[in-house]
Amino acid sequence: MTAMLEVCGLTVNYGRIQAVRGIDFTLETGQISALVGANGAGKSTTLLALSGLLPKAGGQVRFEGEDITRLAPHQIVARGIVQVPEGRAILTTLTVLENLELGAYRHGLKAADDELDAVLHLFPPLKERLHGLAGNLSGGEQQMLAIGRALMAKPRLLLLDEPSMGLAPLVVQEIFRALRAINRGGLTLLLVEQNVCQALKLAQHGYVLENGLMALSGPGRELLGHPRMLEAYLGG
Amino acid sequence: MDLQNFWDVYGNLVLTLGTNALLALSIWLTLACGMLAVANAAFMGIGAYTAALLTMKCGAPFALSLAAGIIMPALIAVIIGLPVIRLSGVYLAMATLAFGEVVRVFILNAESWTGGAMGLNGIPQYTQWWHVLLAVVLVLLALWRVRASKIGRAFDAIRGDETAASLMGVDVRTRKMQAFVAGAAIAGLAGALNAHLTFFISPGEFGFDKGVEILTMAILGGTGGLAGPILGAGIITVLPEALRGLADYRLMVNGVILVLIVLFLPQGIWDPARFKRWLVPKKAAHA
Repeated sequence: MTAMLEVCGLTVNYGRIQAVRGIDFTLETGQISALVGANGAGKSTTLLALSGLLPKAGGQVRFEGEDITRLAPHQIVARGIVQVPEGRAILTTLTVLENLELGAYRHGLKAADDELDAVLHLFPPLKERLHGLAGNLSGGEQQMLAIGRALMAKPRLLLLDEPSMGLAPLVVQEIFRALRAINRGGLTLLLVEQNVCQALKLAQHGYVLENGLMALSGPGRELLGHPRMLEAYLGG
Repeated sequence: MDLQNFWDVYGNLVLTLGTNALLALSIWLTLACGMLAVANAAFMGIGAYTAALLTMKCGAPFALSLAAGIIMPALIAVIIGLPVIRLSGVYLAMATLAFGEVVRVFILNAESWTGGAMGLNGIPQYTQWWHVLLAVVLVLLALWRVRASKIGRAFDAIRGDETAASLMGVDVRTRKMQAFVAGAAIAGLAGALNAHLTFFISPGEFGFDKGVEILTMAILGGTGGLAGPILGAGIITVLPEALRGLADYRLMVNGVILVLIVLFLPQGIWDPARFKRWLVPKKAAHA
């Protein structure tokens, strides 16, 4: 295994408040990693900082050996790090295809033909509603579209912020099944989740954030059985 | 009324419609990018004064004056855009309104050059009908190309959701800056053409009222396509003339018509999405 992303001493502030306090972690190429923790632990803040949407107050981020700490969001996307944001950020007045086309913004839709086929194969409901307005999709379908749109950007590392949020259990299973399939295709994933149990079952490696600090880390399945995790998140 | 008579009476109105169309298109650019920037009247003023002063004081040829009338507001847009473009929504509107006031007061106080409150008199009337027509056609063509290009898609994305646009690799700051500067250049062109059409310009023509009028043209016409701002400019320019028979009630009826349009057609008159809904029967849409 080789390290794809190395985060060292990452600190992110909101004004005077330190939301993320000098955390370290490494993502291995081809793996699914999960960043879990309670509400307000600093998970989404970490993802936003990795994507360049929040300024980093300290620390260093290296992607495949390159220092990307100070890069702008569009430069980070150009390196192959693409995020599926919390709340999906679907453009509801555009059609499903237009949303997917936006995902292929850097390459153009013609150069992303294979990706489009793969996305529609992975998420059949999107194929049926390709020319319909994205605003008319259900919550689950919108999440599929958000993931599909990110895949259209030909990512090498996919960051997902709460993909299960607000979705029915069956739909969550479907989304997680799709994430596993995406990972089998060779894509590295970093999953931020409040759904600790599901996330750690899916991930090869897990990190637990508490109050902006890295509290625990280890293989996903091992973390599930950790006494501290059982006590804090899994109902003892 | 034959054509010559019509042109003698309404020629100026038609040309004003053309320059107003340019102004509406100039603000369409920033609106298309989700920015409520209302400095277009100020940029028009900068273009008008730059071009008129070059023609009057330096004896510059008309083409050079026009070019300067485009470049000067674009340069100033770059300078004020750097800090202002970070703002959004009502804060951007307030900052650009304040900039407009600064420009107006500057023109007012630079009396030795601009004539101050008395304005600039005796600008040579170089603007021909075909200059205005050519300018509108060229700007329309350019914006049509932009709309169909990668930049147009970036504008749509930024207007829809800035965060989503960033996460898809759109350089949001650069694209917004491009829209802001290009909008300023088009407004400057309108000002330069207008100055060489009306013989006289004064700071009051480029103040708050004009800024709101330009915004109204685009919003009223609709920002969903390029036809909207042209239509809006047409209505705002022609409506007061068409209502002339109402004498003292003219401005009141004018206002009522505008309020009714905005109330019942919130996306503007030219709304391609509404046209699509009309064309596709409801049953088919549900199928």
